[in-house]
Amino acid sequence: MPGKLKAKIVAGRHLPVMDRASDLTDAFVEVKFGNTTFKTDVYPKSLNPQWNSEWFKFEVDDEDLQDEPLQITVLDHDTYSANDAIGKVYIDIDPLLSSEAATVISGWFPIYDTIHGIRGEINVLVKVDLFNDLNRFRQSSCGVKFFCTTSIPRCYRAVMVHGFVEELVVNEDPEYQWIDRIRTPRASNEARQRLISLMSGELQRKIGLKVLEMGGNAVVGYLQCFDLEGESGLVVRAIGTACTLDKISNTYAPASAINPCNSSPSKDTKEAGFGEEAPGVPLSSGPPTPLRAQTFSSFSPSKSYSRQSSSSDTELSLTPKTGMGSGGSAGKEAGPLKALLRQQTQSALEQREFPFFTLTSFPAGFLLHVGGVVSARSVKLLDRIHNPDEPETRDAWWEEIRQEIKSHAKALGCHAVVGYSESTSICEEVCILSASGTAAVLSSRFMQDGALDMDHRFEDLAPPGCGFCHIPYDELNMPFPAQLTYCHCCRRFKVPDVLFTTIDLPTEANVTGKGCLIQARLCRTKKKAQGEGNATAISNLLPFLEYELHTQLMNKLKLRSMNALFGLRIQISIGENMLLGLASATGVYLTPLPSPGGIQIAGKTPSDITYEQHISNMQKKINDTIAKNKELYEVNPPELVEEVIGSPIPEPRQRSRLFRSHSESSDEVSELDLSHGKKDAFVLEIDDTDAVEDIHSLLTDAPTPPGFYSCNTEIMPGIYNWTSALQMFTSVRVFRLSNVNLTNQGLNKVFNDLCENLLKSLYFKLRSMVPCCLCHLNFTVAVPEDELIQVAVTAVAMSFDKEQTLENGRQSCDKTLMKAITENEEQLQFPLELTAESSSNPLSSAKGLSEVSGALPSARAPSVDYSSFTDRCSSWIEQLRLKAHTIRRGSIKTMSSLEKASPLPEGRSRSLRSNRSYAGGSVAVVKMTPLSFIPGTKIIKYLGIINMFFIRETTSLREEGGVSGFLHSFIAEVFAMVRAHVAALGGNAVVSYSMKECVFMENPNKNQAQCLINVSGDAVIFVRESELEATPPQPQSASTQTSSSGEGT
Amino acid sequence: MTMELDVFVGNTTIIDEEVYQLWLDGFSVADAVKMRLENGALGECEVSGEVLHSDTMDQYRTFQMCERLLHCPSKLANQLLFQIPAHHQAMLIERYYEFDHMFAREVLGKKLSKGTKKDLDDISSKTGIALKSCRRQFDNFKRVFKVVEELKGPLAENVQHHFLLSDLLAKDYAAVVFFANSRFETGKKKLQYLSFQDFAFCACQLISYWTVGAVDNMMDDMDVDLEKEFLHDLKDLKVLVNDKDMLDQHKSLVCSQLRGRIRVFTEMEANFKNLSRALINIASKLTNTKDVRDLFIDLVEKFIEPCRSDKWTAGDLTLFLTHYTSTASTLETYRYQVIWERYMGVVKSCILKMYHD
Repeated sequence: MPGKLKAKIVAGRHLPVMDRASDLTDAFVEVKFGNTTFKTDVYPKSLNPQWNSEWFKFEVDDEDLQDEPLQITVLDHDTYSANDAIGKVYIDIDPLLSSEAATVISGWFPIYDTIHGIRGEINVLVKVDLFNDLNRFRQSSCGVKFFCTTSIPRCYRAVMVHGFVEELVVNEDPEYQWIDRIRTPRASNEARQRLISLMSGELQRKIGLKVLEMGGNAVVGYLQCFDLEGESGLVVRAIGTACTLDKISNTYAPASAINPCNSSPSKDTKEAGFGEEAPGVPLSSGPPTPLRAQTFSSFSPSKSYSRQSSSSDTELSLTPKTGMGSGGSAGKEAGPLKALLRQQTQSALEQREFPFFTLTSFPAGFLLHVGGVVSARSVKLLDRIHNPDEPETRDAWWEEIRQEIKSHAKALGCHAVVGYSESTSICEEVCILSASGTAAVLSSRFMQDGALDMDHRFEDLAPPGCGFCHIPYDELNMPFPAQLTYCHCCRRFKVPDVLFTTIDLPTEANVTGKGCLIQARLCRTKKKAQGEGNATAISNLLPFLEYELHTQLMNKLKLRSMNALFGLRIQISIGENMLLGLASATGVYLTPLPSPGGIQIAGKTPSDITYEQHISNMQKKINDTIAKNKELYEVNPPELVEEVIGSPIPEPRQRSRLFRSHSESSDEVSELDLSHGKKDAFVLEIDDTDAVEDIHSLLTDAPTPPGFYSCNTEIMPGIYNWTSALQMFTSVRVFRLSNVNLTNQGLNKVFNDLCENLLKSLYFKLRSMVPCCLCHLNFTVAVPEDELIQVAVTAVAMSFDKEQTLENGRQSCDKTLMKAITENEEQLQFPLELTAESSSNPLSSAKGLSEVSGALPSARAPSVDYSSFTDRCSSWIEQLRLKAHTIRRGSIKTMSSLEKASPLPEGRSRSLRSNRSYAGGSVAVVKMTPLSFIPGTKIIKYLGIINMFFIRETTSLREEGGVSGFLHSFIAEVFAMVRAHVAALGGNAVVSYSMKECVFMENPNKNQAQCLINVSGDAVIFVRESELEATPPQPQSASTQTSSSGEGT
Repeated sequence: MTMELDVFVGNTTIIDEEVYQLWLDGFSVADAVKMRLENGALGECEVSGEVLHSDTMDQYRTFQMCERLLHCPSKLANQLLFQIPAHHQAMLIERYYEFDHMFAREVLGKKLSKGTKKDLDDISSKTGIALKSCRRQFDNFKRVFKVVEELKGPLAENVQHHFLLSDLLAKDYAAVVFFANSRFETGKKKLQYLSFQDFAFCACQLISYWTVGAVDNMMDDMDVDLEKEFLHDLKDLKVLVNDKDMLDQHKSLVCSQLRGRIRVFTEMEANFKNLSRALINIASKLTNTKDVRDLFIDLVEKFIEPCRSDKWTAGDLTLFLTHYTSTASTLETYRYQVIWERYMGVVKSCILKMYHD
């Protein structure tokens, strides 16, 4: 019983009128945790009750603390009939379980009801007293921090990156239970909300356990998803990257000393073997679109399962499980010495053989080379058997896919997959599972060093700005036909002609000009079918869909004279009678890569003159667009210089006019020396009806209005001086196709227009923020019903200072952004370098952290500049003193000092809180952003993950303003609830916010609608940089040096 | 093929002031879109009607959702649903409560009842203000009236405190509430030439000098009603016209002061007794509620019109009223200086305000 949860109900306000006669309410509150319920007194006849209750105390297992939410129900007392529920508040108390996150939850929470939405607010205080549990067999994983952010969180440094963690939990969907026929939809929706809240808690706990076993203390890039499989159940699954993080303000965390590295050599050899066996699936470095669509699973009904939701336990070797036994127990049971010994016996080999990373941006120097996008899809048939508690099936499905991804990466000469994500699309009983990532070679310095001789061929020599572009695969034995040239920056290594990735643009990358959002959109009709027939039909369509998407992407990239895509996300959504494909990415011109050729249109039958004219017209249009785009995105690569030097490209220029006919490997560029002079041109044959369509869609993409830029990544290359103005928004559109007999082409146009118009609307809405950039534009498409297409967008608009942009070159000053970004990195590195110096530094050697320093870049990148060390040393003197202090303390205490987390930020948060209460009535502003940072500010504390699930229903759709009115208020309510929870944790912003799910269903005839929304993000406290006293003036040069110096483990 | 659903929700609620005004003015979405297109203010970013329509719909929905909160402005700052910057909150409230003086002029002095609400379509067609907008303004009057009616303390401050309005607007509301409470007659044909501002000014004068609160702010009193005692005391002023000696003396004093200084001296001299009698009679009758209601029509009929027919200029009138007031105080036998000045101060400024075409 290692925990005591205490809750106090203070007051309510703005309650709804529950008693028509008096126009008042007799409200009381039920506080429930697990199976224990407390009640407050009835506060009669008031819409602003002051309960000021006693502290309700729940003595519970920490396992329950993690799984269960605190349920607060506000009711109206009725003497004669049943009490009416006003609404509920679910409070996730997970943030209170980590010593470094929030200490108390206190604030006004909106009282939410699935039918009426927000009905007043309630002021609640929640605290947790946690007793330490050293039981090695414990089921809880309190204290493991979760981050949605897909990079190392801003005020932490990574001591070690352990690798991939995954878990899934299955349960029956209350909506599909038999009881649903007799209970109200409201009850059923409430049951659903409660269940999902519980399942996410359980999932998080289980993932946490895995992390602890691996010796980590945090999950970064935590991505949790729901699969509403309908009758076959409800799946909640999550993936993430296990790390050992160290808070920067109090550097020393003893956990790092006892960090076991999990991998056994034996397992490793097995893994390696497997990797080699990997079948030669068609691959490519672009988005190689390997497809698998043949497995139709069936559940085995012979096994009986408990009705309890059960968790998965894949023997997926992706999670370095073998190491877990020893490593995990070491972390808990023993002192650092033992762990240390064990650690040394383990090698990081396996880990490195299997690293999937959900991270999309990395500490500088971590990412050595990028191979290209790897993706896998599989079509599955959801079983109708009424016993869905068979997570092994789901696990096996995902395992299959992950193995495939792994083998693709292998084929690209890469040993890791970064920017990894998984998704599903479900329609009736057919389900598409998709996974994608970027094959990459990572620096061994960042994981445990082992005996592995990874061939980091260029590691020591590659400059940071272009190194990641250099091909990781063997030039002579390329996995796909690609055109290689020498890197335009260093001229020593080969680079591909285009590079597609799912990650964010590395901050150190050499980019010419600005980037822009590139989208490929596709819609394909499909015959209605059932069951297996349907699945087969979908499987057959998928390859074409992916291929077309890829072609579109390529064409649009060329049209913008760019040569690389970042943040590529391909979403395929299935409906009854159509398939939707949407690929979004941010196009940039990577300076190391060759300049792309133009697009050449060729007619197959150049017979009649009007036809020729038509073609030449089109060609002219395309050329004009390319020229315009070059200007718009400031893409002017130093072509002349290149010519003078003479690029050593010995490759024979093969003239292939093939564009549409070449195989999966999409990377090859057909070329033709035509109007674009020396440049290789891209040929589109106009005869092809598809090509006409392509050209059409190429040219219908409206340019962004002046003053606007857009991207789907975190940062926009070429923009550095953000102001603090930012606006996060969600926009949803549903389009009804009334004309059922649409051709593919017609559908395409509709879909394309839908997306284009949506973007136009966004630009218009946000016109007051110009000059601004829409960052992290995240499109989600769905086919909720037969003839409906739903597009949801969440993004953030950020203003920037135009004048400065023009004045300052990229190199000379990127103060605002780079500071925001690298400052954290600098902080990351500082302690690292401190430890790296350990041999000569008595301070760090005294702390007995030899293991850490061993794990740290003992094999540092050559560019580490020690002269800068002294600089920073003086500027960070304050911090140093602090560190020295904690370090000394840490050497005496071991685990317990973990609990004594930084006193500094704690105090700050408290002072913030008190400020807030002084502010009186007005509501604290909470910023929200899908990015991991807020420009011009510094995140000083992460308060915990926000992961919320809401259902809203209505039986009076018209009265609530139709579907738009209904959804508008629901989304506003969701925002409000997220803000309230963050404020109650003491935070003032949510970063890495995302809306994972927005499932909207309507039945206008019955005047009904229902919507499910799942959102997540990280609650943080930020302070304006201007307010941060003692922000040391960073020499600009230092920032570049540090970015190349790299960071530990 | 139709857009079934189309929403945009920002973490910070985006408010387009132009669209807000169109919404307040009661335009339909279609009309608003048309006006926005015509206005050409969007010139720099070429947009299609479609985009504009979607934006307008979004904004209208937002306003509709906010409207509930605007009914109790203090809630706007406390609510959690919309994150609206403080300056936008103030703008939303101020604009929502702003009213057309044309409309207010029509409603002024009327009982804020359902009956009046039914007549709103007449007012709408008369003033050219959209019925929707009329309803909003009327409901605002009623809401403000209901809240401050029973409150103690200065009227304008109460309005400002409860509805977070600007000084100016709060004063206007005070006038509306004051008129609605005392039900002053403003609808007569002879009063038609008077604007809302004229009345608002007069209301302000009355509130400042004739109510209980005017004497002592600290007192637990209400600003809405005229002070009974004062009205009763006004009867004593009759002596000024009933006492023949005093009347003559008063006249000669005024004439000596004004001789050669006003253009209409002869007319004034001839009319002095009538004018004086008119003003004193009005004062002495104010104990009757009915006569209080008729204050403005009486002032116009008994005083302003005669002056106007004699072509007095505003300057003439100012001089006359100034000396008329001051000389009376110098009369030896006259003992009601305080009441007199309290009465004449207001009457003088009201008359001067109302004296125009």
